[in-house]
Amino acid sequence: MATIAREAHKIRWRYLLDRERVLGSLLISPAIGYIVLLVGVPLLLAIYLSFTNAISGHLEADFVGLKNFRTIVSDPIFLQALQNTFIFTFVSQLIVVILAKILALALVKSFPGRPLARFLILLPWVAPISLTTLAWDWVLGASNSSLSVINWTLRAVGVLGPTDWIYWTAFPSSAMAAIILIHVWRMLPFATIILLAGLTSIPQEIHDAATVDGAGFWRRLFEITLPLMLPIVAVAVLFGIIFTATDMTVVYILTRGGPYNSTHVLASLAWQRGIFGGQLGEGAAIAIFLLPLLVIVAFLMLRLARRTEVV
Amino acid sequence: MLRGLKKLGAQISLYALVLLFVAFAVFPFYWMTVSTFKRNEDLFHVATDPAHNPYLFNLPPTLEHLTQLFFETRYVTFVLNTLFVGVLVVGITLLISVPGGYSLARLSGQWGEKLGIGIFLTYLVPPTLLFIPLARLIALLGLQDTLWSLVLIYPTFTIPFCTWLMMGFFKSIPKDLEEQALVDGCSRLGAVIKTVLPLAVPGLLTVVIFSFTLVMQEFVYALTFILSVGKMTISLGVPIALVLDVYRWGPLMAATLISSIPVAILYNLFLDRFIAGFTGGAVKG
Repeated sequence: MATIAREAHKIRWRYLLDRERVLGSLLISPAIGYIVLLVGVPLLLAIYLSFTNAISGHLEADFVGLKNFRTIVSDPIFLQALQNTFIFTFVSQLIVVILAKILALALVKSFPGRPLARFLILLPWVAPISLTTLAWDWVLGASNSSLSVINWTLRAVGVLGPTDWIYWTAFPSSAMAAIILIHVWRMLPFATIILLAGLTSIPQEIHDAATVDGAGFWRRLFEITLPLMLPIVAVAVLFGIIFTATDMTVVYILTRGGPYNSTHVLASLAWQRGIFGGQLGEGAAIAIFLLPLLVIVAFLMLRLARRTEVV
Repeated sequence: MLRGLKKLGAQISLYALVLLFVAFAVFPFYWMTVSTFKRNEDLFHVATDPAHNPYLFNLPPTLEHLTQLFFETRYVTFVLNTLFVGVLVVGITLLISVPGGYSLARLSGQWGEKLGIGIFLTYLVPPTLLFIPLARLIALLGLQDTLWSLVLIYPTFTIPFCTWLMMGFFKSIPKDLEEQALVDGCSRLGAVIKTVLPLAVPGLLTVVIFSFTLVMQEFVYALTFILSVGKMTISLGVPIALVLDVYRWGPLMAATLISSIPVAILYNLFLDRFIAGFTGGAVKG
């Protein structure tokens, strides 16, 4: 009797397995198809276009080898954009990680009003960035500095003299500071929420055991919390790098790359040349410089995933 | 006594710290709100006058910017366009990523997880790397300056993330349920629809909200594909084409305020699941 049941069970399972393979690939193929056709193929097309003299409006294009790359690397605006991409990303992410760590340590404690605080802190990440950059434009007075609430406040507290102004987007340095400020403002909630998830996942017993053994706050912070948090900090930073380095919305809305093309990033310059200027080949060549960064980040993420035993 | 004081001090500094961060985060939203309801004479008062505190309403508030926004600008068109694109993209995303996530979680064996990570990584390929070749593709398909271009392209970033989300979600539902239904004579698909899908409703809602907020936030593709004001979505139309006037900040801030807050509230409801999606395996438990 038992043998028959086992046999029946086996047959049923083999039958199921066979069908599972078929059904499994059937169900996943639309997703793979969409991604291959509209992400994979365009990615290759981007690389191909960077070696051509394609312009918008004409579908035929000639292969021109490295000409686009030679043009852009001798272009000071491109070099500035490359440098800006690194500066904006590095500086804003550095500030974000430090502030997010502090904020996450504060928010991990439960206190009355914490859900509200969490909601409010999250707003910058959730609201559409093109709209909030516009709001920052108005707050800073980038387009109307004589009406800026920040200028009024700085004057009221005595930082600015009666005749001083900050023209945020009129000078390269203040324009860059404004762009970094917006990136920090926007990415801080994201990093905080991820770090918070990491903090709450550290079992309380570890802390308790260390406290019993005589470890103080700082020792627990440096020898337990930070090492255990490292993978999660890495996740936050890697996403942060991608989102910041590839963003063109902040620059486009706030400065359009100005003054004098001093605040362009790779993405905004690629748009300027490729779409606005119609030089698809050159635009593609500029955008391609983002690719190594992506490859490195993807590689690090996979390693991270493996170390934490996901794969 | 001393310990009590120390504790109180810690509590106060904690609040002060959180308050500082909250102030930084909400300041632009506060400013949108103030600007929405201020009269123009109050709003555009030059910032050199120390007696004119811009944080306060120096004149009674007004709804004039809101009526202007709804009746004198294309804002309503932008909202309708966004809804059109949003609903279609959400539909496509559900149709493709729910079965995909199920397949990765249950049917694909060992390579399911790896494939899942592969799909998730495509979420990292940014629009800024793809807008040039896609502009070419959209032109080839004759879809330039149509909302269909956005309907076609937006799923490229909603599908990877949502497939990954649904994979995690299906994994958290016990297998026994379907197996029970299979033993009872259901077909695989029937078993899934009868037992798993009802349990997956929170996951489906997450996909809906997340896809929709991504559509709301997208700017680069819209800027690239859309030229006519009548075809613009909120995130493109408001900063680019809402009011072409120097003193436009009242209706502009009204538009940013009404467009941001609903998204923020929806997103917040499903926050924990998004975090789980982003952190993946790096957080256990």
